[in-house]
Amino acid sequence: MDIFAQQLINGLVLGSIYALVALGYTMVYGILGLINFAHGDITMIGALVALTIVQALAAAGMPAPVVLIIAGGGAMMVCAALGLSIERVAYRPLRRAPRLAPLITAIGVSILLQYSAALIWGKQYIAMPKLLEPAAIDIAGAQLTTLQLAIFLLACAIMAALLWFIKASRMGRAMRATEQNPDVAGLMGVNTNTVIAFTFVLGSAIGAIAGLMIILYYGIGHYFMGFMLGLKAFTAAVLGGIGNVGGAVLGGLLLGVIESLASGYIGDLSGGVLGSNYRDIFAFLVLVLVLVLRPSGLLGQHSGDRA
Amino acid sequence: MHKYPIRPVVAALMAAVLVVACGKETPPPAPKAETPKAPVVLTVKIGSASPLTGPQAHIGIDIRNGVQLAIEDANAANVEIGGKKVKFELVSEDDEANPTKATTVAQKLVDAKVAGVIGHFNSGASIPASKIYSDAGIPQISPSSTNPKYTEQGFKTTFRVVAHDGQQGPTLARFAAKTLQTKSVAVIDDSTAYGQGLADNFEATAKLLGIKVVAREHTTDKDTDFKAILTKIKGKKPDLIMFGGIDPQAAPMVKQMKDLGIKARFIGGDGMQTPNFIKLAGDTADGVMASIPGLPKDQMPGGKTFLDKYKNKFNQEVELFAPMGYDAVMVFIEAMKRAGSADPAKFLPEVGKTRYDGVIGPIAFDEKGDLKNGPITIYLVKGGKWEPLETVKPEAEAGVAPATAPAAAPVPEAAKK
Amino acid sequence: MSWSALFTDRRWRWIAWSAVALLLLALPFIIEALLGRSWVRIIAVALLFVMLALGLNIVVGFAGLLDLGYIAFFAVGAYSYALLASPQFAVHWPFLVLLPLGAAIAAVFGVLLGAPTLRLRGDYLAIVTLGFGEIIRVFLNNLNRPVNITNGPQGITLIDPLQMGGFSLAHTHTFAGLTFAPVHNYYFVFLVCAVLSIVLSLRLENSRIGRAWIAIRDDELAASSMGINTRNLKLLAFAMGATFGGVAGGLFASFQGFISPESFHLIDSIMVLCMVVLGGMGNVAGVVLGAVLLTALPEALRYIGPLQQRWLGGVIVDPADLRMLLFGLALVLMMLLRPEGLWPARRRRVAPVHTGNADVG
Repeated sequence: MDIFAQQLINGLVLGSIYALVALGYTMVYGILGLINFAHGDITMIGALVALTIVQALAAAGMPAPVVLIIAGGGAMMVCAALGLSIERVAYRPLRRAPRLAPLITAIGVSILLQYSAALIWGKQYIAMPKLLEPAAIDIAGAQLTTLQLAIFLLACAIMAALLWFIKASRMGRAMRATEQNPDVAGLMGVNTNTVIAFTFVLGSAIGAIAGLMIILYYGIGHYFMGFMLGLKAFTAAVLGGIGNVGGAVLGGLLLGVIESLASGYIGDLSGGVLGSNYRDIFAFLVLVLVLVLRPSGLLGQHSGDRA
Repeated sequence: MHKYPIRPVVAALMAAVLVVACGKETPPPAPKAETPKAPVVLTVKIGSASPLTGPQAHIGIDIRNGVQLAIEDANAANVEIGGKKVKFELVSEDDEANPTKATTVAQKLVDAKVAGVIGHFNSGASIPASKIYSDAGIPQISPSSTNPKYTEQGFKTTFRVVAHDGQQGPTLARFAAKTLQTKSVAVIDDSTAYGQGLADNFEATAKLLGIKVVAREHTTDKDTDFKAILTKIKGKKPDLIMFGGIDPQAAPMVKQMKDLGIKARFIGGDGMQTPNFIKLAGDTADGVMASIPGLPKDQMPGGKTFLDKYKNKFNQEVELFAPMGYDAVMVFIEAMKRAGSADPAKFLPEVGKTRYDGVIGPIAFDEKGDLKNGPITIYLVKGGKWEPLETVKPEAEAGVAPATAPAAAPVPEAAKK
Repeated sequence: MSWSALFTDRRWRWIAWSAVALLLLALPFIIEALLGRSWVRIIAVALLFVMLALGLNIVVGFAGLLDLGYIAFFAVGAYSYALLASPQFAVHWPFLVLLPLGAAIAAVFGVLLGAPTLRLRGDYLAIVTLGFGEIIRVFLNNLNRPVNITNGPQGITLIDPLQMGGFSLAHTHTFAGLTFAPVHNYYFVFLVCAVLSIVLSLRLENSRIGRAWIAIRDDELAASSMGINTRNLKLLAFAMGATFGGVAGGLFASFQGFISPESFHLIDSIMVLCMVVLGGMGNVAGVVLGAVLLTALPEALRYIGPLQQRWLGGVIVDPADLRMLLFGLALVLMMLLRPEGLWPARRRRVAPVHTGNADVG
């Protein structure tokens, strides 16, 4: 039982990181109907910026909490600026273009971000200086570190705040209006350009926090780390129903738990025929199954004829 | 015909001229070299092919750096071949770790008339490229491809200066059984040709020696989260965890073992016996063991200074295969010296007869072009440094394996149950 | 007279097409003389990608189904050739059997992918096809245990070249004073296959099936209320598209002589999709242009290293990085300047030539 509890903890922490990145995908998709392929790489930039700040400040001997706040803030600002300019340069001119055109620019932007990062940070894996000394909490035989707990709680807090923001604030209402029908929202006095730009800023800033978490949790950064992460997060967003913020949260957590349990138990369940090498397949099989039964994801509304 | 669209045609022509101009740029030195004009300086091109972009770029750049360092050293040493002064020149190409690109790059190097090629990094690139080098009669030394099939295609031009999977895995297993007195082990690989080959060979020998393999898990060479498989392994309580893979995975893995409170020891192959591993793993690196072919660095000629030279020049630690890349160039140069010619047709037969003490240890090839069984040293991280622990000589191994297998190990295992 | 009229005008047509044919036949020799043999290899690979892009164009361009896992069919074709023509199982079937077989197997996989995803639209379909591509690759990478089928990450070596009787494309032949190295031989085989693919694509586009696909793409609801069997036609699009990939995969395996799962990554699917979209989705000529351009561009950008040295007097940016940066920039700029693709499909005239295309499929 302690093993099962441990796998659940592993999955939930991993899943909360997926969920944070998935939020960026799902918000942009909800409003523009666009898969922002560069979002994983924005998270990567956030992670590496945070890492650089930590390296510089930790060497100067600042206390850990101050370092973390500055690193997080710095990464959020850089990513927000990046998100804003990408939207402006690569996506806005293509808003009336055929649906797949922005997909190609997104891929181009993703390549640009990767190799700009390679120029700045080099192509070696970069180590995160030791900043925190997380203590372990014992829960029914399973180990939960304070860092894991902090990541999970912070992720939950951000997601709750975002849900509230979209539901209750003026900007949130404008976002929902733009999502339903940008033209009508514009006629009603919503400045859709501002709303869309804001969505990119918000998603990128949340991605930056996810980047900081990854750097703290795994202690390692690399200019290519955004690719797999983006892929997983995108899968999570679709699993939950892309365009739906609650869905991204659910999808992310679910994907993390599925991956953990699949790695842990698939070998024993299949009598040794399948092993942890089939972990990624398992995640996709669940996805296919969910989509066959519910073609718009777990929490997604029927998307009408937007295909 | 006056409406014929002139602009695209002009643009295309200009592009063609541009491409031709660039393409034609490299050849000029070559004819100069053949005809003995004013100063008798022979320019010899050495090709280097490895991934310089993409997720494995850091390893590919490391190989290229090793090759570059060797070429600079050789030029500084004023090497003479057949009585002529020689200037070596590096032609480096990016194969993107992509098999299709690898063959294109191979043809490019052949077109550029290189004398020999150091490459490629992945077996998946080295193997399809080897046919092109073989057709052109140009020798190829891979610094890193461990797939046994690379040298089993019947080509005279394929060599490697890295121990293949069948050499390191069994040595590690014998070390685990004899020195560490391991009773049970969990084996993890990274699903690559290198990692899986190493782990498979370790597992086979370990079973033979009576070590119980309690779990066989897999991850990928892009992952950083291993908590799920480690948790499963924790439940099986092994004495030792063996990982077939490289440092960007090994380092977080060791950290996560500590997070999960796993007390087992950790061992791997040359893919993680790197300075970067210690940097990435921090203080959790202590107590980790890894093997690397060759003698301990301070017992090797040039081995001691190599790491410093590399760090001074490139301002970073050696990643992985730079020493192999360095030695491969030296093997070519030695062969050229003996043959008295830099013509591949003339010095190729000499490559196979190499006896050279390099940075990685003594280098000699068997009839297939594989590195002959050399000594393998096992290192231990102690106080943030790799310290040599034990050197296994090939002669000793051959005797030990069959003897230990039936006798020593299985008895306590059986008694336990 | 305009550029296209040259190819349609009755008097000029014959001469124009002959000139193109001659140029294509002489191309490998011209290119080898000008740029070296590596470029012959590049255009041979470009022809393979023309086949792949045309196959994907059927799915994405004609039928409007976004497929992010197309490389899986290429992999299926390559592995079915490799397994049955290599020492792996010690069987060496002739390519005349294996290429159609590979196409058929790929088509079956196309239907397997298509069937569960019929209800999905747009981006949901994209992620499922992406997952399908990864599933195929992970299986290829892991089907070496418990029973060794694919040899896992080690890949399959010593795959037979295309050969018949004693004549093998992997040998150098001399014919009419010209030397045909293996890469030339394969160029001509790939050329024939690519031309066949182009002809097939053009014929499909103008057929009842093609018009039905385009109807589904433009408005699925309207298409199905006009009596088009959307289910069968979508499955057919997946199967037809996969066939192109399967044949190209078999040719690729014989050309390389070695395959491993490394050749079939998600990034390869994305590149083929880029070729289709960048060239001009739905337009056969545009797709061909896109495939050739995106294969040649990264290779042409390799010259940037020496140029940098010459113009700036030193290496400031690692040439490999610079190449990728320029490639990324080119993708963005080309799309911004020509959002419909470089050579987009012309809008069809609405008036049908004849009535009665209601019950296709």
